[in-house]
Formats: sequence, C-alpha cells, structure tokens
Amino acid sequence: MLRVEKLSTEYPNEYGQIVKAAQDVTFEVPEGKLFTLLGPSGCGKTTTLRSIAGLERPRVGEIAVGGQVVYSSSKNIFIAPNRRGFGMVFQSYAIWPHMNVFQNAAFPLEVRSKRRSRKEIEEQVMRVLRAVALDHLADREATKLSGGQQQRLALARALVMQPPLLLLDEPLSNLDAKLRERMRFELKRLQRELKLTTVYVTHDQSEALALSHEIAVMSEGHIIQIGSPRDIYERPRNKFVADFVGTTNFLDGVITAIEAEEGYCRVRTEVGELKAYAADTPRVGKKVALSIRPEDIELSEERQEGVNVWQGTVDAKVFLGEYLDFQVKLKERLLLARVHPSLKTPVGKPIYLRMNPEKCIAIEEPAASTSAENAPVAAVAPKVQSYAG
Amino acid sequence: MEAVDQSTTLDGRSALPRRGFDFKWLIIGGCVILVAYFALIPLFFLLWQSFFTPQTATQPAVFTLDNYRTAYSSSETIRLFLNSLQFAIGTALFSFCLGTLLAWMNERTNTPFKSLFFALSIIPLIIPGVLFTVSWILLGSPKIGLINLALQKVFETDYVFFNVYSLWGMIWVDGLHYSPMAFLIMTAAFRSMDPALEESAMMSGANVLQVAWRITLKLSWPAIFATLLILFVRAIESFEVPALLGLPVGIQVFTSSIYQAIHHYPSQIGLASAYAVTLLAITTVGVYFQSRLSSQGSKYSTMTGKGYRPRPMDLGPWRFLTAGIFILYFLLIVVLPFLVLLWSSLQRFYSVPSWAALQNLTLDAYRFVLTYPTMTQSVWNSLVLALGSATIIMLVTSVICWIVVKTKIPGRWLLDNLASLPMVFPGLVLGLSIMIFYLNFDIGIYGTLWIMFAAYITRFLPYGLRYNTTSMLQIHKELEESAAMSGASWGTTFWRVILPLLKPGLVAGWIYIVIVSIRELSSSILLYSPGTEVVSIVIWELWENGQYVELSALGVLFIVGLFILVMLAQFVGKKFGVKEA
Repeated sequence: MLRVEKLSTEYPNEYGQIVKAAQDVTFEVPEGKLFTLLGPSGCGKTTTLRSIAGLERPRVGEIAVGGQVVYSSSKNIFIAPNRRGFGMVFQSYAIWPHMNVFQNAAFPLEVRSKRRSRKEIEEQVMRVLRAVALDHLADREATKLSGGQQQRLALARALVMQPPLLLLDEPLSNLDAKLRERMRFELKRLQRELKLTTVYVTHDQSEALALSHEIAVMSEGHIIQIGSPRDIYERPRNKFVADFVGTTNFLDGVITAIEAEEGYCRVRTEVGELKAYAADTPRVGKKVALSIRPEDIELSEERQEGVNVWQGTVDAKVFLGEYLDFQVKLKERLLLARVHPSLKTPVGKPIYLRMNPEKCIAIEEPAASTSAENAPVAAVAPKVQSYAG
Repeated sequence: MEAVDQSTTLDGRSALPRRGFDFKWLIIGGCVILVAYFALIPLFFLLWQSFFTPQTATQPAVFTLDNYRTAYSSSETIRLFLNSLQFAIGTALFSFCLGTLLAWMNERTNTPFKSLFFALSIIPLIIPGVLFTVSWILLGSPKIGLINLALQKVFETDYVFFNVYSLWGMIWVDGLHYSPMAFLIMTAAFRSMDPALEESAMMSGANVLQVAWRITLKLSWPAIFATLLILFVRAIESFEVPALLGLPVGIQVFTSSIYQAIHHYPSQIGLASAYAVTLLAITTVGVYFQSRLSSQGSKYSTMTGKGYRPRPMDLGPWRFLTAGIFILYFLLIVVLPFLVLLWSSLQRFYSVPSWAALQNLTLDAYRFVLTYPTMTQSVWNSLVLALGSATIIMLVTSVICWIVVKTKIPGRWLLDNLASLPMVFPGLVLGLSIMIFYLNFDIGIYGTLWIMFAAYITRFLPYGLRYNTTSMLQIHKELEESAAMSGASWGTTFWRVILPLLKPGLVAGWIYIVIVSIRELSSSILLYSPGTEVVSIVIWELWENGQYVELSALGVLFIVGLFILVMLAQFVGKKFGVKEA
C-alpha cells in the first residue's frame, strides 16, 4: 500500500550546516495496517512522516501510495500535499479556531476540486462525527472543546474524505495520562474497524507497542529495526532498541561457546556465565552486550533448579504499587528486577536470580566505525527537530 | 504500459495544481514588486534630485553639488541643525517623562479612576496635530492666549506668562502631543515586567520612590532608550508645530525649511532635497538603533511574556495628588484644546471669552464650513484615501508577512526590511520624494488622487506590517499544514484559514491606518492640487487665510467625526475581530 524507498532528507540548520534528518529510510506498509515510526526526538521520524505527507520535500528517494508515485527524485515527481488526499492528525491538532466543529470537519470536503452538494457534505460529516462521538457537538465552537474532543475532531477531519492513508504525528502526546490511555484504545478500535492504512509517529514506546502491527525504531535518521511489537521488545537487534523500548539491564560479555540448540550460546560476563539467545549467528570470541529485562529476572529466596541461576544481595527496593523494583547487587554490578509485591526479602539479605535463556538477548556490539560517523549528526539532530516543529 | 498509465494520471492530477501554482506566485510576486516599488523608488529619486539641478522646459537636469553647497556652506545651516536637535531632544525628553510618569501611575499605583484614565488615553491620539497646534495657539499665544489672559487678570499684570511662539513653546506643544504615544509604549513595558522584582525590593525595605527609581526604571532601560529614540525621530520629523509656531518667529528646523524651500518662488527642489537627505540620514540612524534596541530588549530576562497583574503600590494620601495629575493632564491635552476650539467656532470673529462675547454666539461658522466649496470633495477624498490605503496595505502586508514569517525563502529578511523602510521617511520628505518621482516620470497621476494614494500606502506600510506580524507569529504552522492536507490549495488556505486567523491584527491595523491616514497632513501638503484636497489640507488652508473661526468649526466637526469613527471601529473590531482571542 505505502512504499517508502531510500528516503533521505537534509536541512541547513540555523548555522548553515547541513543536517541529515532522515537517511536511507525504506519500509512498506500493507493495506489496513498500522505502522509506527518510533524514536527519540530528532531521530527523523517526523521528517519521514512529513515527507510522506508532502509537507517536506526529501532530497532523494521514492514514495508511492497504492501504486501511485507521489514523490520520486529520479523521475522528478512531487505531488503537492493538497493533491495527495491523505488524512493527517497533527501534534497540536491544528483545529481552526475560527470555525465550529462541523465547519472544521467539512473543510476537506468543501475545498476538494470535486464539488459535492451541501447535503452530501452534511451526511458525510455527520457520519464521521458520529464515528468519533462528536455528532452532538457539531455546532460547538471548536475552541470550546476539551483536549480529548479536539483530538477526536482532528481525527474526524482527517477521516472525512476517506483517505487511502492516515498519518498521525504524536496525536496523543498533548493529552493527560488517563485520557491518553483511553484514546489509545479508541484509536486502535477505530483503526482496526475501518481498516485504515496508518503511519503513526511517536516517541512513546508503550503507545507504539500497544497500537502497532509493525514498528520501525529510528535513531539518528536511520531505521534500526523493523518488526512486530513483540519482536522489537523481546528480540532487540541492537543495544539502542533494547534500551529505548522498555527498561533493560545491560551486561558486557564475550561468547565462549555455541550451544547445540539453534541460536543459543554461552556468554561470560563480569558477574558470571549464562546461556543466552543470539539473534545473529553467534561466533566464539565475539564481544556482545547482554540485555535482560527487569521483569524477566525471577527472584526467590531459595535456590531454584535450572540454568542461569545466580546469587546476589538485595541492595535497594522501590514499591510502585502494581509491582516492586529490586536492585540486586552481584559483585560490583547492580541489576534491576521487577517482581510481584508479595516478595518481601529485606535489604541486605541474599537472593537468587533466575533468567530464562530465551529472554537473555546477546546483542552484537556495533562496529566502531559506524558510531563515529553518526556522532556529529547526533549532536545537532535535536535542534533540527525543534526547528522543524 | 505502466509508464503510460502513470504519466496520464500525473497529467490529470497536475492540470489543476499547476494553475493553482501560477496563481500563488502571481499574488506573492505582485505583493513583493508592489512593496519594492513603493519603498525604494522615492528614496532613489530623492537622492538623485539632491545632486541635480531642476529640470525645466529649456534646460535638462545637470549634475551638481550646489544643493549641498548651499545647504551646508551657510552659517544658517548650523543654526538649523542645532534648532532641530534642541527641538527634537526637548520634545522627546518632555513627552517621555510625562508619558512614563503617567504609565507608572497607571500600572503600578492605586491612583483612583486609573482604569477610566486608560480608556480615555486613546482620545488624544484622535486629535490631528494641526488642530492641536492651532488650539494651543489660541491657548498660549502672548496676545490672545487664554492662559495668559486669565493669569494676567488674576495677578493684574501685563506680564506674558506663556509664549507658544518660542522653542520652549514648541517643545511644550509637540511634547504634549506625543506624550500619549510614550504613555502607551511605557505601559506595555511596565506590563511585561515581573512585579516580583519590585515586590522583593519592597520586602528589602525600599520605599515607593526608591523602588520606582532603582528597580522599575533600571529594569526598563532598553525600553526607555528605544522609546526615547522613537520619540526623537517623531519629533524631528514633525511638521505642524515647527511650521505654525516656529516659522512666524524665525525658528527654523529641517521640516519647516524643506517646506519653505519648496514654497519659495521659484521653488528650490534641489535644496529641499539636500535638506531632506540630511533629515533622512538622522531619522535612519534613529530608527536603526531603535530597532536594534528593541530586538535586544527581548533578550532581557524581565520579558517573560506572561500576563502579570501586579499588586499596585499603596500611595496613601499621595494618591489624590496623582489623581490630580491625571485630571490636569487630561485638561491640557483634550479638554482645553477642544473647548477653546468649540468656543472660537461659535463666534463671528474671534474674541476671548467674556460676557459680551457670550451674547454673540452663532452657528455661522458651521454654516460656512458645511457650504465651503471644497468641503464635500475633501471629506470624500479623505475617506476614499483612508479606507483604500488601509485595505490595500493590510492585504499586501498580510502576504508579505506570510512570506517573512512562514516560509524559508532565502532573502525574506530583505523583504521585511524593505517593507519597514518607509518608517525612516518623515512625511514631508516622503511627499517630496514622491513629488519628484512623478514629476520626472509622467504616468498621468501627478495632480490626481492617485499620487496621494501612493504616498499614503508607502507611508503606512510599516504599520500594517507590524500589526500583521504580531498576529501571524501566533498562527501555528500546523493550522496551515492541516489545510493543505485537507486538500486546500495555497489560495484557499490563505483566504479561508490564514486571513480569518489574522483578523485581530488585520482589523486593529486597519483601524489604526484609517485614523492616521485621515489625520495625515505633512505628505499631502506637497502633493495636493485643486480638487484633491483632503480635510487636513482644508484646515491648513483656512489657517493660511486667517479664517480661525471657520477653522475651529471644521476642527470641532473633524474631531467629533473621528471620535465617532474610532468608537464605531472599536465596536466593529470587538464584535468581529477579537472573537477567538
């Protein structure tokens, strides 16, 4: 449905230096799926989305929607945003304050080159307002809406022309925590019901995990990993992904042996040896970073059977309501473990850790050269983001 | 096959947008050319003329430095320069001190009725400079001035207490005239300052005056200096006061000398241009430093943009003194000038108020004014010029402003500066430059209303730009982008989203330009010809003819008319303009 190929964008920043905002971005979104671009601010996700929208013109690459090329540097095609016919919800919602709810939602139908009758417009607008549960507020001044209602109106306006593609730019980031969670469900329901092909941009990993069919994690202009939410969370291919999506413990280590079981290996770390899963083909002697999620560390007061069992001491505890965070000391390292609040081991007492080898992910250290190349971009990238709005 | 398919769909798609594109660039290009034309042409021709002899039927223009030699070789010029400086500095300081005192009393103290005073502060802005000056002649002239007569009666002497026909008189009248402007600027400066800074000084044990002097004023330093500069520029380019008060007693400044050089027979346009270039240089320096200071001022940490509502200082019994100052000020700037005009307008021949004169009240002057041959035409001209230039300026600057604020087109700062350039032109100099231009390039508008239209548009372009910029900065980029995503073309977006959102600034700027256009005198005075007089020109003519009574009647009608216009505009503005604010 949506195909983005080798998209690269550059900006001059306020000092006139060239900043690479998106580099070699390639992905495809199948019909009816929700695809998320996830990353910290300045990673190029918004630039990519705005390039798809046509609000920005990339330097090279190609973008096609449903077989129609909307941008191609090689064929010199650039279709203006108002001719693309995509729906978009902006971070600020961009509800026009001088129009009421109905007028806001009707605007896309009125400015189309294809003329519609007054009645036709009214029918379509009311249908879409009903879908977002705003039909009873149609005559309300747009500025008198609450944050959640404005968000739904922005969505209605984006959907009213039944776009082939829906673009969402951090649509939930301006809502308070409770409302955000509710809107998350609503958005998901609407997207799944209407089978809207959607590109979603966010820096919030839980939002991305909750909503997406597929996630692309971006950093410094590059897509680092594309996968299903579960893939991204449980099988990070990269230290950055493991760190950015969720919380994790990192342990540096070296592969000492390859297990008979496919994909598994033994890794020696500063605090002990364990069996781990390696996404890439493991080789003996290779340096790796082990990522172990806090909730994947089982704690118990008695030693349990099985592989990957270590002993440590409780260094600190934090009670967080639904769960309990333990900081466990192993030699000089602290590991974070997230457990059920029923575990009551006091601080200073010994405790046993057990880690499922499937959840201990051995990530290859990236070659030093690529990180050096990216370093200057990282220094200026956040500025680009604010400048791009 | 696929390739063919693609090209046809693309052609089908691009047929419409290409037309939209042309339209967009047509509008943008048109506005840019218009601004460049209005802002640059007069400047160029003024400079050109100052180096050439006047062109006549028999002699072509020849390059010469004589204009500058004449202008600068005489000792008169030094006196002219010193007079101008004294007058401008005096006026700036006087109006600044007055305006600041009033602003401080209004913003920071518990003076009674201060909110009423703030509402009234717009009234002095309505009174045109020429009428204000004339009314102060009636109040302060040594022979017929009411203030002198009253004081002489009280003290039973012949001593002249107050003489407006002097440098100090000029400073007094012009300073009073510009004090509302100083008041409004300083009020804004006080409002943008965090009152916690003052409150902490009070907590440290400072009294009211110490706080005002050591904290409030010191913190507003950039604002103070910028305000002084703009007042200086306004004073040095003001025309009515030097012409009406200075010329009769031989106190000449640049503006009155330019006027004299042109009205001299044969008119010395070259010499006037040389003076004008000098004056232009002074105002350019002033405006340049003023804008530098204003942009620096935003870096001052006190300017946080929050709407502070400070706790006013309790002045105790002194608050009656400050209330008295308010009342006195209002008397001097509105009530007395208006009353003296009203009084004189009801006479047959001008005479000072007395029982005898009271018996002879008549409406003859009004009858005369209403049947004055050029009256209807001049009112019509004033209205057409004011409404036309305000509308054109606001629309053109909204496009200019969009380019400057919303796009990243290289060189857009140049456009911003270009549209602000007329700011440095004193009205008289602008009138002169435009006169020179259309004398040399006869496209048939010299002597018509169009030439004044060109002058008004040039002169008030910067105001339109300022009002629109303030509003434009508040429009979030995404409001426009979401219209594009909804399928709207640039034209539709501009018309249906940008302009409606710009409305508060658009309406406020429009009202302002209408008012200042109707009051305009100093450009029009060089450009009008029979049939294209505006109301302020008719007032000027009546003065030159010595028809003071008739002038007063017209003045009263003019002020009342303007007042109604402003009230109406404010009402309309409140109703339609600030709905979403």
